This record gives sequence, structure tokens and C-alpha cells, in this order.
Amino acid sequence: MKRTSCGLCHTVITNLTVKKSDIVIIEDININLTCGELTSIVGPNGAGKTTLLKALLGEIKHSGKLKYLNSAGQETDKPRIGYVPQHINFDRYAPISVYDLFAASLSRFPVCFRKSNKINNLIKNSLSKVNVEYAINRRLGELSGGELQKVLLALALEPVPEILLLDEPVSGVDKKGMELFYDMVSELRRNYDLTVLLVSHDLPLIAKYADRVILLNKKVLCEGTPKEVFSSPDFISTFGDYNIHF
Amino acid sequence: MLQNIYVILDKMLPFSWMQYTFMKNAFLAVILATPLFGLLGTMVVNNKMAFFSDSIGHSALTGIAVGIIAGIKQPLWSMIIFSVILSIAITFVKKSNISSPDTIIGVFSSASVALGVVVLSMGRWGGFNKYTSFLIGDLLGISEMEIIMLFATMAIAILLWFAIYNSLLVTSINTSLAASRGIKTFRAEMAFTLLIAVVVTVSIRWVGILLINSLLILPAASARNIARNTRQHAAYSIVIAFVSGIVGLFCSYYVGSAAGATIVLFSAIFFCISFIIGRIR
Repeated sequence: MKRTSCGLCHTVITNLTVKKSDIVIIEDININLTCGELTSIVGPNGAGKTTLLKALLGEIKHSGKLKYLNSAGQETDKPRIGYVPQHINFDRYAPISVYDLFAASLSRFPVCFRKSNKINNLIKNSLSKVNVEYAINRRLGELSGGELQKVLLALALEPVPEILLLDEPVSGVDKKGMELFYDMVSELRRNYDLTVLLVSHDLPLIAKYADRVILLNKKVLCEGTPKEVFSSPDFISTFGDYNIHF
Repeated sequence: MLQNIYVILDKMLPFSWMQYTFMKNAFLAVILATPLFGLLGTMVVNNKMAFFSDSIGHSALTGIAVGIIAGIKQPLWSMIIFSVILSIAITFVKKSNISSPDTIIGVFSSASVALGVVVLSMGRWGGFNKYTSFLIGDLLGISEMEIIMLFATMAIAILLWFAIYNSLLVTSINTSLAASRGIKTFRAEMAFTLLIAVVVTVSIRWVGILLINSLLILPAASARNIARNTRQHAAYSIVIAFVSGIVGLFCSYYVGSAAGATIVLFSAIFFCISFIIGRIR
């Protein structure tokens, strides 16, 4: 399962533009991502961060291209994408267990008719990667915010994706929980050589964990290491002078 | 066509109330339809579509009206066509995010009820009284042909259920998450919406416009109070729907009440019991 870090896989996003009834949400986005790197997207509210992720997922109409090159130089425009949504707004009383969510995502036979041992073992194994295997038979609504995010992370990693998209993955989780989550993502990224794209508002955590930062406000305003971006004029005019020890 | 089944029913259930053909037909309709309603209801409840299925039931009035204007003797076909068109319209308007789904469904629902009542109440078509049987349904008047039709609908519904259930379940939790798994969320939701429209419309004649939605919602809502996963939800819902159906039909025979309403009343009792059990646990 483990892939060695190669740094040779590239995700190239070219000229990505999203319009909603003639209003431009994001325009002409050009981004290169390398495997094994955690890239964070920052920007003010309404900058189009979530829109960018949804365009990459193919959920909303966009122009422009997404291209993924693996280490052997093979090219595809449909890479396997793992996605961890923002704090999800589902019905907490719905009788849907962690097993149900996983099995419905991984198989076709209706999960309301049969529980498969094979899939059960696969899910347990998946959940153990993020230390929540005890939660397999719990209802989704019974999980704490931190547990739910770990479950969603485990789901995004099954099967191991080429690109992992994280949208504000730790909203509603305490600070310690956040750090645990990011430590986990960092480690998984190294183990599986993932390309990680993270949308977050938490600047100190980005400073600590991101390899690269992209400042987005309808367009890419600037990109580079956290230190470079945090000291750029565009960043300072958006977030103020942000004193962080690197 | 159903003679062989009647013979089997006579042998298995030698009760006085089963000796009439209309009771046998009603019994067959109940054992075919209630488990299906129980099963489909679980997804209707999880996807918060209760109001949608309610409005589809109400739209049957316009379906009947359209059929009468067009001179169709069997209004079932015009009802199905109208409910399918209505659900496609609702789904598209909902997708465009112009207004909240509740409001959109409310607008479509009230407009179609009004249109139906206006047309049917006109003296030219015999006045509204002629159509009141559609409001409370007539389970004992169900014909052989309608039972065969019900069976065919059920078979199609089960096939479609197998094809889209898992996709719908993930979509009900989060559409972006579903999209990331390669699920065509809009297609799955549309298929389910149409399925509900057809199943509800086919059953209107014998359950009635006022009660059809309760038959769909109550068993699934009751099961939800006590279920911890989708398997329990489906199993409890099917059992509750089935038992309410049989007991309701039986009681309505002895009390002389409308069968559809009696069945729904038993489902409501199950809801109260499961609600209390769910609270105590």
C-alpha cells in the first residue's frame, strides 16, 4: 500500500474559471501541485475557495482544465480524488451508521439489505488508520466533531486517492483535536505520497503544516511558502500584518 | 387471472372476512404495497422529501382533471403523466436554487390542487362530489387489473432501488462527498423522485389523496425512532407497514370504516409506541 515519495506526480490546473449567471466567482486559476506536498488555499470569505474545490470535484460547471500526471508520466484528466467536506450538515438522528456510509460509498449492493463481512473488515482496516475503528457501528449523529472528521478522512483515503481535498476539515473541533487531525494528515501525506489541497482559515496551523500557500481572491494573488505569502503585500492587505514565528 | 392465488388464500386463511373476492383483492393489494411503502419511506424520510411526496399526492387531483378534459376514461394514466411532469419541474426549479425547496414545492402543490378543484367542480364534468372517492380512497374497490399493475410497479421499484440506493444514501449525507465518489447525484435524485411519483400515483385510487403520504411516511418515521442503522431502519419500517396494513384491513372490515384510513391509524399507533421506546432507551 505504501508508495514512496517521488515528487514526480503533478496536478496541473489551467485557466480554471467558474461563472454563475455571468458573475465571475473564480477566474483564470493556474495552479501546479506536486505529490507529497500540502498546499493550503487561504483567502477572505467569498473568495471562491469552496467553489474551486467543487469545480475540481466536477460538481459545478467550469471552464479550464485539470490534468494529473503520475510518476510514470501517464496523463489523466480524471484523477482519483478524496474529499473531506466542511462540517457537514446532515440529519443527526438519521439511522445511518459509519458502516453504512462506507459500504454505500464502496459497493453497489444496497446496504439496507445486507452487511458484508468482507466490506466490514475493509472498513475496520480503513478506520484503524485514523484510530477510530471502535466507531464502525455507531450512528453518524453520535460521533463527536473530531471523530466525524476522522471518519470522513478515512473514507476519503479509501481507496487511496491521487489528490486529497480538505475543505475547512476541522471546523467545530477544539485546538488539540485540530492539531491531532493535521498531524494525521501530514503523516498520511508522507506515507501515501498524496497531493493535498487544504482550504482553511486557521493561519497559525497553516504556517505550521503547509508546504505551500496560495492566496486566492477570485484570482490567485500570490503563492509560495507560508513565510513568503504571509509577508506579501496582498496578504497583509487582506488579513493584516500577521506575525508568525516560522 | 388471479384465480389460483384466490384458491391459495382460501386454504391458508379460512376466515369469514376472506371469503369475499373484494377482500381477497384488498388483502393482496395490502401485502404487495405496504412493504414497498415501508421500504421507500425510509429514503423519503432520510432525504426530507415528506412534503414533496405529499404534494405529488395532491397533484393527483389535477391529473384526474387533465384526464377528464382529454377524454381519458381511466384517469390513472393522466395522473401518472401529470405527477411525473410535476416532479421533473420541481426537481429542476429546486436545482436552480432560486428559492427554498419548501417554498417551491408549496407553490407547485397549491397551484395543482387549485387547478384540479376548479376543473373538477365545474358542472360540465359532473361536479366535485363525483370525485370525492379519490380523497379517501377505496381499497375494497380495487380490481384484478389494478393488483397486477401494482405488482408490476413494485417489481420496477425494487429493481430501481437496487440500482440507486447506495448512491442516494451518500447523497443524502453530503452532495459534494457523493460527487467525489463519482456518484451522479442529480441523476440518482431524479430517478428516486420519479419512482416516488409513480408509486404514489398508482396507489392513490385505493388509499386516497388525503392519506397516501401517511402510508409512506409513518412506518419509516416510526422505525427511525428505534433503528440504529439502515438495515434496522428498512426491516422495522417494512414490518410496521405490513402489520399496520393487515391489522388495519381486518379491523376496517369489522368496524365498517375506510380501510386506508384505518391502516394509517395503526401506523400512527406504532409511531407513538416507537417514539416512547426511543425516548426510554
